[in-house]
Amino acid sequence: MLRQNWWKILCVLLLVYVFIAGFLGGVPAKPILNETIRNLYFHVAMWFSMMIFFIVSVVYSIKYLRSNNHIFDIYALEYAKAGIVFGCLGVITGSLWAGFSWGAFWSNDPKQLGAVIALLIYFAYLVLRNSMTDIDKRARIGAVYNIFAFAMLFPTIWIIPRMVESLHPGGMGGNPAFKDIDPRMEVVFWPAVFGWSLLGVWITTLRIRLGLLSEKTIRKENR
Amino acid sequence: MYTKIRSLSLLAGSWFLAMAVHAQDSAATKKVEMADRFRADGKIYVVVAVLTLILLGLILYVVRLDRKIGRLEKEIK
Repeated sequence: MLRQNWWKILCVLLLVYVFIAGFLGGVPAKPILNETIRNLYFHVAMWFSMMIFFIVSVVYSIKYLRSNNHIFDIYALEYAKAGIVFGCLGVITGSLWAGFSWGAFWSNDPKQLGAVIALLIYFAYLVLRNSMTDIDKRARIGAVYNIFAFAMLFPTIWIIPRMVESLHPGGMGGNPAFKDIDPRMEVVFWPAVFGWSLLGVWITTLRIRLGLLSEKTIRKENR
Repeated sequence: MYTKIRSLSLLAGSWFLAMAVHAQDSAATKKVEMADRFRADGKIYVVVAVLTLILLGLILYVVRLDRKIGRLEKEIK
């Protein structure tokens, strides 16, 4: 996976398709949203990608704890970083969208607050890691904390926003928007989620490869 | 009497007309505004072309970075 090419080509094809069909394809005419409904292919796809990266990250953290193999720690760190980048993009794009559709860039919506809390918990993961100089200790405590951070995703972005009244679709026990998504949009949205996720994975694998390289050079110098 | 009936029917007629116009008005405001004109002019293709170019440019950047890291890997191996 790390050095293969077919999925990178797939990623480019999917994203080009999303950029073309996302603007030329049909969308339902809904009041308030109007044409901004097309943001679904970009803003919401960021969140889906973020969740995928955080899931992959926690899997590698568990793998690290089971094996003590330092490579898994690099994987977990880089996937968490990718998740943070996509999450920040999600917050910023969401705020911009809200500014024009809901009338305020920030309205303390439960989903906005939950997403920001979740991201802050992941920021703490990076801060915690960098507060330690011992590589093994850093990896071990980082991995344990990463599991906690992942567990906090459940209440902050998956449970609480659905239990309370929200400006976002899917408040009050609903399923966020995906019950009544227009079929014309579905054929662009899922490729968008997949394409953006692959782009994130691509960039993350590059960072992992760099991490492995620097690891190697450090080991060579110490020899 | 006759003029009274005529004026009353005229009033009723104009009321119906007014209601009809009003109904059309609210139907027009209820229609959700989409960028149909923008699309009809073909300007949407300009937007799509610009965005696709930016996307491809960024992808090219990532591809070159990918190759560079690949070369480094070969060197260090």
